[in-house]
Amino acid sequence: MARTIGGKGPGQGLSERLSKLSETVQGSQAWNSIFRPGSIFRKGYTDSPRNRSYVIMNSVLYHLHPVKVKRHAVKVSYTLCLGGLSFFLFILLTVTGIFLMFFYRPTAAQAWTDIYSLHTSVTFGLLVRNMHRWGAHLMVLSVFLHMARVFYHGAYKPPREFNWVIGVILLTLTLLLSFTGYLLPWDQLALWAVTVGTNMMGYTPVFGDQVRFVLLGGVEIGTDTLLRWYVLHVLMLPFVLVIFLAVHFWRVRKDGGISGPL
Amino acid sequence: MTEIPEHLRKRAEEARAKAAAKSSDGGNEGAEGGGDDGGKIPAHLLARSQAARAASGGGDAGAGDAATAQGEPGGAVATVPSGATAPPPAPTGPEGHTQRLLTVVKAGSIQDVKAKPVDKVHTWPHLLVGEFVAALAVTAFLLVFSAFVNAPLLSLANFNLTPNPSKAPWYFLGLQELLTMFHPMVAGVTIPGMGIFVLMFAPYMDRNPSPRPEDRKFAISLFTLFLMFWAILVIIGSFFRGPGFNFTFPWVDGVFFDL
Repeated sequence: MARTIGGKGPGQGLSERLSKLSETVQGSQAWNSIFRPGSIFRKGYTDSPRNRSYVIMNSVLYHLHPVKVKRHAVKVSYTLCLGGLSFFLFILLTVTGIFLMFFYRPTAAQAWTDIYSLHTSVTFGLLVRNMHRWGAHLMVLSVFLHMARVFYHGAYKPPREFNWVIGVILLTLTLLLSFTGYLLPWDQLALWAVTVGTNMMGYTPVFGDQVRFVLLGGVEIGTDTLLRWYVLHVLMLPFVLVIFLAVHFWRVRKDGGISGPL
Repeated sequence: MTEIPEHLRKRAEEARAKAAAKSSDGGNEGAEGGGDDGGKIPAHLLARSQAARAASGGGDAGAGDAATAQGEPGGAVATVPSGATAPPPAPTGPEGHTQRLLTVVKAGSIQDVKAKPVDKVHTWPHLLVGEFVAALAVTAFLLVFSAFVNAPLLSLANFNLTPNPSKAPWYFLGLQELLTMFHPMVAGVTIPGMGIFVLMFAPYMDRNPSPRPEDRKFAISLFTLFLMFWAILVIIGSFFRGPGFNFTFPWVDGVFFDL
């Protein structure tokens, strides 16, 4: 639209009209209904305490944070960003995982071929799969390090005991997510790693055979196992994880922000 | 009972005497007084105040007295100011006082501030900028790493061909390492189960309230031991186990490990 208007007038009129246009747009009701006060897309964001608060309050993502945090909490050396990076890696894995889902069918006959053709004939297919795999290992690592960091700071002490419990659940879910994803390429590495893993779980006392049967969807690994672990990996475990994540984040704030300086 | 500090007691006594002087001139006109009060004012004070009143004349005396009473620095003693024109209050106390020292409240017991001020900064930009940079750095690292290192894709799964060695994912290799030492039920279920259980209930077992490292030497040692235990098992399982899951040196026989 700007181009058609500008096409008629000379150079001087063009910039004038453009600034007038942007003024009209930014003053319009539609624009102001989309961008709440304090948004940088609104006219005249100035750096004031009020606008700094608005940036947090008016963003659905940022308002996971409080408007103000303790000064020591901002130091990278305290948290090493590990919790935030774990969450960020989870988002990255969700995005890359959705991409991979477009090219993957969880059956014994097609799974490996799908991954193979993802490598060879899908644009950025190999790159995205690499990111998904390395990101997953990195997430296991960062969740683990996050736990160690929290322990060494004694941040699990009252009033944060229960959030630690949730954290351990999240660690377990992360391991399960990684492990269920391990089977999906359906290559020799996947098959035998999962065979070793599920054999171990089969030694659960009393109902070991039942545990193994539920995990495998049968007496041995096959198409049913693949489907089962696929659904666990792409839907059920992320769903459960997000619920626990929400409680985890919520409790961080309810328990008074991140733990104090030592 | 709170002990009244000496200087406050003195100050209160002075104020009391002053108030008595003031109330005495109110007592003459005081019709709304209790009735029995007037007689309790000492005669010499009464005489003095009447003389003072005669000297200054009229209603000004009441105001002047009130002003001097208020000017007294005794914070703990409240005086009742009388208006310039209104008749001074009738004496009500046992000795004709308009005010009494009930108690001295020390500053500490009133100003018991529970919320301590916390040094805070705005999340935007101080925290968000850091988070943004960290997220960008990880994304960049992952992107570059993925561009150069490919995820493994071995040959199609084959039930008739067991690779030697068969290894679990790296984070379970500690458990697989335990399998070489214990019965599978102990290594695969009991130990990891107990591990998760103990980890989960750690905050309820550690009753020490201090977060400072110097107060938690035992907890820190125990946890470090726990981490080292798993780290060493995982490293051995990953790099020092070859065909038949037998012990090898990676620099002799190569690495039998896929991520």
